[in-house]
Amino acid sequence: MRVVIDRDLCQGAGMCALTAPAVFDQSEEDGRVVVLDDEPAPALEEAVTRAAQLCPNGVISLLGGSAGALATGASPV
Amino acid sequence: MSTSYAPLAGLPRERASVFDPPPVYRRLQASDPVSPLTFPDGRAGWLVTRYDDVRALLADPRMSSRRSLGANPIRLVPEELKPFLAPQPGQFIGLDPPEHTRYRRLLTGQFTVRRMNALQPRVTEIVDEHLRARKDAGAPADLVSSFALPVPSLVICELLGVPYVDRAEFQQRSRLLLSLTSEGPELLRARGEFRAYMLELVRAKRAAPGEDLLSGLVHLQGPDRLDDEELINIGLLLLIAGHETTANMLGLGTFALLQHPAELERLRADPALVNGAVEELLRYLTIVQFGLVRVATEDVVAGGRTISKGDAVVLSLPAANRDPAHFPDPDRLDLGREHAGHVAFGHGVHQCLGQQLARVEMHVGFTRLLAALPGLRLAVPAEQVRLRDEMFIYGVEALPVTWAEAA
Repeated sequence: MRVVIDRDLCQGAGMCALTAPAVFDQSEEDGRVVVLDDEPAPALEEAVTRAAQLCPNGVISLLGGSAGALATGASPV
Repeated sequence: MSTSYAPLAGLPRERASVFDPPPVYRRLQASDPVSPLTFPDGRAGWLVTRYDDVRALLADPRMSSRRSLGANPIRLVPEELKPFLAPQPGQFIGLDPPEHTRYRRLLTGQFTVRRMNALQPRVTEIVDEHLRARKDAGAPADLVSSFALPVPSLVICELLGVPYVDRAEFQQRSRLLLSLTSEGPELLRARGEFRAYMLELVRAKRAAPGEDLLSGLVHLQGPDRLDDEELINIGLLLLIAGHETTANMLGLGTFALLQHPAELERLRADPALVNGAVEELLRYLTIVQFGLVRVATEDVVAGGRTISKGDAVVLSLPAANRDPAHFPDPDRLDLGREHAGHVAFGHGVHQCLGQQLARVEMHVGFTRLLAALPGLRLAVPAEQVRLRDEMFIYGVEALPVTWAEAA
């Protein structure tokens, strides 16, 4: 799984950092998303997928992954 | 195809039970999920009740917050307030991108998950101090005035740099501003006093800055610099939002737990459940009881209807959070429920700035409350608990409780 973000869309709500803290953090400066690990281990994929779904602004896209699917925060949960 | 009903005259408000939204929402979800609604001032609009539609419209850039300011689905806006319905600089909940984005980015760094988690020890101290004082004074007690309101009030005061000694005044003013029954002249007075208070505070921070958030904002320079008008509006917004919301979640949340004793015992037996429990209480109670209003800036199709440019739309957060199509058995309070993306904090660019602070306050608040006051129970029959149904933020006025005092 590869994590791709559109930082311009980010409003710093923090759902990603709350849900998958090993993969997402927030900038001290403006609270926007910082990706710590853009190819998270399979064990983290569930939490990362969840984070993408919970993002209120569709910032996070996930490419590939064990399910081979494309998940995006813009799609309904 | 959806059946056509006559437009609803104003937002339905009749609850059939304390914790559940008006039952008419469930019927509308099934038959007329984007349903015509006539606002009290006569304007045509819509009520949206399904989770998927509410979430999609909150994320839709064609739905304006800026243009929604005068659209009140509950009551006529008093004449006295009409001059102030234009978007105010700094009042970012009533702005759209890119104006909204500018203010939001100045603030989000202060409300990150990491920063809010770092406040946990101090929040715990504040919670414990209040619980100890309450316990020392003995049962029974009103949990709202002794715990649910003062804890978030003190936390937001420390964070912003607002003197806590002024709480009686600002709690009273914010209560008035959020009440459906306040008259125009008193709203106008409360607004004026509140703004004068915040301006004085801004000036004090300019003269003698502290370590607090407001001081940080006052001293921004260059393109980020904020003028007095912006600072007043940001300061008031954070102060009001910071205590009214969490206070009502702590008060109403405790009431809900006491009325669901099996769930309460579940949480008491397994404090690790608290994170999920807080999300479930947020979903189940959805204290932003009338939802959020947006105005379409172009024609938008939703739920098989065309929302025309200029139409005002009520996005019902309580209905969405009880949508059976998204939450199985939605009327059941289930603290172990799989966390399925409730909209209690909204969605889209305006999703609650302070939500991570609210989570920390609730995690600590509920955990310590149950640990400190064993055998917690209502001290009056449940029917006597007075509800804040005439307020924009739902909750309990007071929560008389008692507990098992140590031998």
